[in-house]
Amino acid sequence: MIRQTPKGYQNPVGTGKYTGLLLISPFIIGFFVFTLYPYISSFIYGLTDYSTFKPPEFTGFDNYRTMLESSDFRNACMVTLKYMAVLVPLKLVVSLLTAMLLNLEIKGIGVFRTIFYIPSILGANLSIVIMWQYLFTADGLVNQLLGMVGCDPVSWYGQPGNSMAIIVLLRLWEFGSTMIIFLNALREIPKDYYDAAKADGCGKFSAFFKITLPLLKNTIFVNLVLQIISAVQEFNAPYMLTDGGPMKSTYTLGMLIYDEMFGYGNIGYANALSWVMFTALAVIIAVMYAVSRRLREDS
Amino acid sequence: MKKKFPVYLLMCLISVVMLYPLLWLVGASFKSNEEIFSSVWFMPESFSAEPYINGWKTVTPYTMGHYFINTFRIIIPKTVFAVISSVLVAYGFARFDFPLKKFFFTLLMGSMLMPQIVTVMPTYLMWSGLGKNLLNTYLPLTLPSLFACEGMFVFMLIQFFKGIPKEFDEAAKLDGCGTLRTLFSVLVPCIKPAVVSIAVFTFLWTMNDFLNPLILVQQVRDYPLSLALRLSVDSTGQGYEQNKIIAMSVIGLIPSIAVFAAAQKKFVNGITAGGLSG
Repeated sequence: MIRQTPKGYQNPVGTGKYTGLLLISPFIIGFFVFTLYPYISSFIYGLTDYSTFKPPEFTGFDNYRTMLESSDFRNACMVTLKYMAVLVPLKLVVSLLTAMLLNLEIKGIGVFRTIFYIPSILGANLSIVIMWQYLFTADGLVNQLLGMVGCDPVSWYGQPGNSMAIIVLLRLWEFGSTMIIFLNALREIPKDYYDAAKADGCGKFSAFFKITLPLLKNTIFVNLVLQIISAVQEFNAPYMLTDGGPMKSTYTLGMLIYDEMFGYGNIGYANALSWVMFTALAVIIAVMYAVSRRLREDS
Repeated sequence: MKKKFPVYLLMCLISVVMLYPLLWLVGASFKSNEEIFSSVWFMPESFSAEPYINGWKTVTPYTMGHYFINTFRIIIPKTVFAVISSVLVAYGFARFDFPLKKFFFTLLMGSMLMPQIVTVMPTYLMWSGLGKNLLNTYLPLTLPSLFACEGMFVFMLIQFFKGIPKEFDEAAKLDGCGTLRTLFSVLVPCIKPAVVSIAVFTFLWTMNDFLNPLILVQQVRDYPLSLALRLSVDSTGQGYEQNKIIAMSVIGLIPSIAVFAAAQKKFVNGITAGGLSG
C-alpha cells in the first residue's frame, strides 16, 4: 500500500509529498511569527536606545556595556545562579528518590502517585503562591509548627537567605512533574537486571549505582535541562512572595527584565537583558550536552 | 508485610507535606482572622461563609463570577486551538514524509528549549503595533495556540501516533476515508488519553499563567482570575481581611482541581504513557 514517489518520499496512498508539509504548516507559520520573529526583533531592539518616551535609536552594543557596569544586573545574575544551583540538584534528588519509592510494587501506589503529583499541577497558580505567602508569615503555620517543637520563630521575609529558602521550598514542593518523568523511565528498566544483580551478590545500594543511575542518564539530562530553563526564568514566585527583597536578595534576572520593560519602560535595555539570558541558557545547555555526551554514550 | 511498613510510613509523611498546606488553606478560608494565625489545625472552630461572600465581591467593581467568565473566554478557545493544531502537526510528523522534515523536527524540539521571557516583550510590541485595540481583546493570548506553539504536546502526540499500526490508516483508506477523516474518525479515537492530557494541560497552564495576561491584558474589566487575585492582594495588604483573600484563593483553585479530578484517570494514563509532564 505504500507508494514510492519519484523523489523517494514514502507516503500513504493518495497523498503527495506536500501533504505532510501542509499538515505541519500551522507549526511552521507559528514558529516564524511567534518564536523566530520575536527573537530576532528582540535582538534588534536590544541594539537600540528605545523607551516608552522615545523612538528607537541605533546604539550598537551600548546596552550591553551598560549592563556590565550595572550592579543591579550583576546582583540579578548572582541571585539567579544561586537559586538555580540550590534548587535544581535538590529537586532532581527528591524527584528521583520519590519516583523510586513509587516504583516499588505495593498496594495503593496510585493514590500516592496522584497525591505527590497534585502540587505540581496547581503549581504556578497564583492561589498557591498566596497560600505559600501565608504559610511563612511571622505567625503563620510554619512558625507555629516550629514553635511547637521549641524553635524560635524565623523571620522568613526579613533575612536574605530565608526569603530565598521560601521560593526554593515552594518550587521543591512542586517536584511532581519531574518525578513522573523519572517514574516513566524507571518503569522501563527490566526487572531481570535487578534479579541478575541480586544473584551475583550485588546489594541494593550498589544496584542503584550500577544499574539504575547509568540507565537513567538520559532522563537525568532531560530533567536537568528542563529544570535549569525554568529556574533561570523564575519570575512569579519572587514577584509575588518577596518582591525581590529583602535587599534584592531574591531579585532574579526575570524580575529585572520585567521591571526594566514595564516598570521603567526601558524597552531596548530590557530586550538586551533577555538576549543575555537566552544566550547564557543556550551556552549552559550546550556545555552540559557536550560534557555529558561521553557519559551518556558510555553504556 | 513488615518490610513494607516503613515505606508506607514514609509515603504517608510525604503525603502530609504535599496535602496539608492545601487543607490548611481551605480550612483557613472559613476561619476568623485571629484564628488563622493562632491554630495549626486546619479545621475551623466555626464555619463562616462571610469570607466567601466578601471574597466573591472582590475589591474591584466586578465579582469573581465576572473574572471566571473572562478566564473561560481565554481557556476555551485556547484549549480547542491547542488540541486541533497539535493533532494536525503531530499527524504530519508521524505519518508523512516531506521535504525538510528533519529540519522542521529540529525546530520543533529546539523551540521547547527557548525561554519564554524573551518572546513575551516583542510579542507585546508586535500586538500593540498591529493595533491598539488588539490588546483589549484576548486574541494575543489565544491565537498563538492555533499554531501548535507547544512543542511538548506535538512531541507527545507523535509518540502516540507511532504506537498505532499503519494498517489502521490503510483500512480507513480502503473504506474511502480521506486524509483528514482518517485522522479524526480513526486515529484520534485511538489516542484519546493523549488528547485529554493536552486539553487538561492547556487548561491548567492557562489557569496558572500569570506573566502573559499581566503583559497582554490591559484593563481590569478584562482581567482573568489570576490578575484579579493579584489586584486584591495588593490592595488588601497584610493584616486586614486575610480570610477574604484566602477564600478568593480557594475559589481560584476550584476549576483546576475539578478538571484534574474529572480527567484524572485518562490524564495520568496519558502522561505516564507519553512521557510528558507539567
